[in-house]
Amino acid sequence: MHERVSRLIGRAEAEGLVDVAYAETDTPVGRLLVAATPRGLVRVSFHGEAHEAVLGELAERLSPRVLEAPSRLDMVRRELEEYFEGGRREFDVPLDWSLTGSTFRRRVLERTAKIPYGATASYRDVASAAGNERAVRAAGTALGANPIPIVVPCHRVLRSGGALGGYGGGLEAKRFLLDLEAGRSPLAPTG
Amino acid sequence: MAPARSTRVNLPPFQQLLDRHAGEVYRFLAASVGPVDAEDAFQETFLSALRAYPSLRHSSNLRAWVFQIAHRKALDVHRARARNPVPVETVPEQVAAAAGAGEPALWRAVRRLPDKQRTAVFLRFAADLDYAQIGQALECSEPAARQNVRAGLATIRKGWARA
Repeated sequence: MHERVSRLIGRAEAEGLVDVAYAETDTPVGRLLVAATPRGLVRVSFHGEAHEAVLGELAERLSPRVLEAPSRLDMVRRELEEYFEGGRREFDVPLDWSLTGSTFRRRVLERTAKIPYGATASYRDVASAAGNERAVRAAGTALGANPIPIVVPCHRVLRSGGALGGYGGGLEAKRFLLDLEAGRSPLAPTG
Repeated sequence: MAPARSTRVNLPPFQQLLDRHAGEVYRFLAASVGPVDAEDAFQETFLSALRAYPSLRHSSNLRAWVFQIAHRKALDVHRARARNPVPVETVPEQVAAAAGAGEPALWRAVRRLPDKQRTAVFLRFAADLDYAQIGQALECSEPAARQNVRAGLATIRKGWARA
């Protein structure tokens, strides 16, 4: 049956019928769900978010033609693997911003995407770079709703003063990613 | 990308339909048209379903909807065979191979039934649909679905008694 379904998904892809392709991938911060449209990577979600609910949301917001088509995610999975091995400092996969609604949120995340590997910025920095220095809380909300964490490195945004702030994947995951990028050997997050 | 849908229906990810129904749809098709043609019919069933999926107006009874498509694909196979009959001496082997776990002669008898009865019997016994779902798949009422199964079984029983 597995082979039969694989063949079906291959044909569906050839006919352009897979609007959202997804796969799961194991990383040191847990099993991630990665999803892409023909435009690019649209969603990365941590294990803490029920993957089934995330897929339901993708079906509702993008298209119900959501299929497990791992070959479409080969590039991002390889880049994630290289990143976690410490060998990759930037992601090259194209991004699809469809899940980021407002212009302000989009600007916050695009600004966040430019924070270099190993560096950090404050919530105020990204708010002002996005055009509204006082919208610190809104910037925090935009980062919290980042549909493409890790690849859009919202983990590099900290409170002024250096406190970790929040993180959708959990604070241990945030600390792990910062340690990895700082060249400190990160402790694998528990649980 | 599919065009934006109305917000009225919340369709589950198509993968969910595939995970839940691929096995039983294949069993139905294998019983109905035999394993050789079932492969193509299976692919055609789910490709058709995938093409039509975003414009679906309801999200209830997706199972019956998929079987409705499978039923049409099976009909296509039966009609194509009627147009291009296979030489008679090759039929028994093909049917015997097609039957798989089932009783070959019995499956063969079911395949000789009229379209609706045949499909109703296979949906009931190869795919385990209830009569309401069979009705939805065949686009008829639940009593009509029950009647088709009953009539199909009666015909087979008669033929079986003669054999």
